[in-house]
Amino acid sequence: MSRSLGNKDDAFLNEVIEATPGGEALVTCLQCGTCGGSCPSGPDMDHTPRQLFQMINAGMRQEVLQSNAPWYCVTCYYCMTRCPKQIPITDLMYTLKRMAVRAKLYDDSDAPDWSSSFIGFVESYGRSFEFGLATRYHLTHSPLRKVGVGPMGLEMIVKDRMPLRPERIKGIDQLRTILDTAKSLEGV
Amino acid sequence: MRYGYYPGCSLTGTARPYEVSTKAIAGPLGLTFEEVEDWNCCGATEYMSLNKTAAYALVARNLALAAGEDKPKDLVAPCSLCYLNLRKTNHYMAKYKSLGKMTNQALAAGGLHYTPGSLNVRHLIDVIVNDVGYEALGARVTRPLTGLRVAPYYGCLLVRPDLNGGSFDDTEYPTHLDRLMETLGAEVVDFPLKTHCCGGHMTQISAETAYELIRRLLHNAAEYRADLLVTLCPMCQFNLDAYQTQVNRHLGTDFHLPILYFTQMIGLAMGMEPKALAIGQEIVSAASVLRKIGTAVEVEEAPQTRRKRDDKSLPMPRIREG
Ligand code: SF4
Ligand code: SF4
Ligand code: SF4
Ligand code: SF4
Repeated sequence: MSRSLGNKDDAFLNEVIEATPGGEALVTCLQCGTCGGSCPSGPDMDHTPRQLFQMINAGMRQEVLQSNAPWYCVTCYYCMTRCPKQIPITDLMYTLKRMAVRAKLYDDSDAPDWSSSFIGFVESYGRSFEFGLATRYHLTHSPLRKVGVGPMGLEMIVKDRMPLRPERIKGIDQLRTILDTAKSLEGV
Repeated sequence: MRYGYYPGCSLTGTARPYEVSTKAIAGPLGLTFEEVEDWNCCGATEYMSLNKTAAYALVARNLALAAGEDKPKDLVAPCSLCYLNLRKTNHYMAKYKSLGKMTNQALAAGGLHYTPGSLNVRHLIDVIVNDVGYEALGARVTRPLTGLRVAPYYGCLLVRPDLNGGSFDDTEYPTHLDRLMETLGAEVVDFPLKTHCCGGHMTQISAETAYELIRRLLHNAAEYRADLLVTLCPMCQFNLDAYQTQVNRHLGTDFHLPILYFTQMIGLAMGMEPKALAIGQEIVSAASVLRKIGTAVEVEEAPQTRRKRDDKSLPMPRIREG
């Protein structure tokens, strides 16, 4: 059953579906609210997952891509496991993040920067480099320093849990070729 | 029993105690782990947030390297997030044909190929409770963890999503870790929030959001008078252990709950020395609670604060309307 209302613009809905494995299920949303009720990040979200899906069905591109909700998703998969229509909600949250970044519409969250720092390490070394990552990130993002995350890194070094040197995989060129090919196949 | 082994980045870094204890118990339990040659990071939750096909290809390279005639068919991951990424890619490549095809096109550019479903992706705890089994494990216990009150923390990704009924345990109220701890002689406390989220990468993005999620878990465990929490995921361990001091500072709480890996508990019960299990590297020291089982732990430790057990000021999580 499609919830589209005839004359409205389905372009946005179709784009979201297209970009999400199993995304077709989105049109079967019952608006039951199980997802929002299960979400640990609900209190921080401007729209619950249920509301977002209603807005996607209504073609509200701008409002949806500006929502902070996907950036507060901690990928706990509670919603997806409980959804009576097996809608891949967590995967839809990922899709909305990607679309928001590409449309440069994301909420002023630090999350996209964190993701790109992380990806930068993966693409340079094939591994994530926890010490370097944490340091680089914490030095460039003051909001975290305000709440005192910074010193933790030092404590970790003292306890010998953060490696001080990055490790590069042997097949880094092969990995980069694979990732570049994947990106061009997806057209990004 | 031979297994392919994917340690993931955490086990070579912040979660080294998990790796050390896994290796320490593997031999005596008859498990042989063959590390995937030249594996790469699975992308955690970050790669997928920016690129879809590349995120699946990143994970699929590991699957392609792990698969092969002469290689073990079971691929084991100790990190719940690695486990999810490997398992989900294995499943989605088969279920969504165009995704599978595109991922393989990308792999082909690097001279690789992966036939979805050719490996079984398994979490370390699955192998221990199902392949080694409770009985064999019980027979190896020489130092029962008698008197230790343990809160078993599963986190999200061991049991969710269930991917067509493929979850290893119940998605809401799993019990394998409970039973495993009982087998070791520990006293397992009820822990209603055992599959609630620890906040994942939120500690890096919105610390306040993460602190609240971590606080709920610690509060729940303290309420049931747990001596410690036992985990099976490096990120869960990291968040609950490394940020516990921050939580106490920012939310005015006074928790002192050590967070150990289930593999460290198995090693202790098998009579191994704490040092051989990398116990003592945790930030919230387990030394005082382990005295309960007569184990002395060498630690470089700051003075400990007393745990507040009658902390009534903190509300329980509310269920919010969708
Ligand atoms: S749980 Fe599923 S059906 Fe119910 S509102 Fe959420 S997405 Fe829609
Ligand atoms: S996966 Fe994301 S949206 Fe779904 S319940 Fe968890 S945090 Fe909320
Ligand atoms: S989930 Fe974490 S530990 Fe596992 S490979 Fe990815 S980044 Fe590394
Ligand atoms: S509990 Fe936390 S670290 Fe563990 S799986 Fe969930 S989000 Fe990841």
